[in-house]
Amino acid sequence: MPVSILKQREYLIASVQSALTDTEVIELRDALLSEVAKHRARGVIVDVAALDVIDSFVSRSLSTVARTNRLRGAKTVVVGIQPDVAAAMSQFGLTLDSIDTALDLEAGLELLDG
Amino acid sequence: MQIASDSDTVVARQAGRDAALRVGLSRTEATFVATAISEIARNITVHAGRGEILIRARTEGERTGLLVVATDEGPGIADLNAVLRDDYTSQAGLGVGLWGARKLMDEITITSESGKGTTVSMTKWCGPNEVTGLLG
Repeated sequence: MPVSILKQREYLIASVQSALTDTEVIELRDALLSEVAKHRARGVIVDVAALDVIDSFVSRSLSTVARTNRLRGAKTVVVGIQPDVAAAMSQFGLTLDSIDTALDLEAGLELLDG
Repeated sequence: MQIASDSDTVVARQAGRDAALRVGLSRTEATFVATAISEIARNITVHAGRGEILIRARTEGERTGLLVVATDEGPGIADLNAVLRDDYTSQAGLGVGLWGARKLMDEITITSESGKGTTVSMTKWCGPNEVTGLLG
């Protein structure tokens, strides 16, 4: 899975390195959920700047991560959605309503710090 | 190109993006095309197992655009109208995929016969266009 997951303070930062297959999206989803539990993380940032496409499957998987983490008391912030990808998601109606988003990693950390 | 796995889907949507840019679509429109291909290719791998996606330039009078044709010999869609209803989403996402493709492309034609397979033809035109849908 071309994703690195690092711990920074009480947060996890997952950086997607390249386009993902659906199988890799599932691996990412499951890794995020298990790593949050393992590290007792209070927040997760998912950096998706490397994703060329965010379609219904990726959106649904990110929403699952955010909802599951919320039940555990952890926040999820998706950062770095590319402008063209955001336009396609908007046209499609994939609005990630249940997920916080931020421009980049720094803004995502600010959001988690509240 | 053959679509038999989710890695084929990644290759197909990247090829679609490149082809879209070559025919003169904008970067944003190319991303629309790539996203639509991702949905349609997933429908093939999940519901039919394997199939094919053809991507080529299309011209009609003064207009140029990109044509994407996805075919499979899978189970087909029994009730196309139900699948295309705005509120319909099948568990595995057949409905949401077609619905998304319809929103992202300018034209889409779906022909399907139960037990015989499905063909989705969709076009993104260069320049401003109205979205049209056509059931076949």
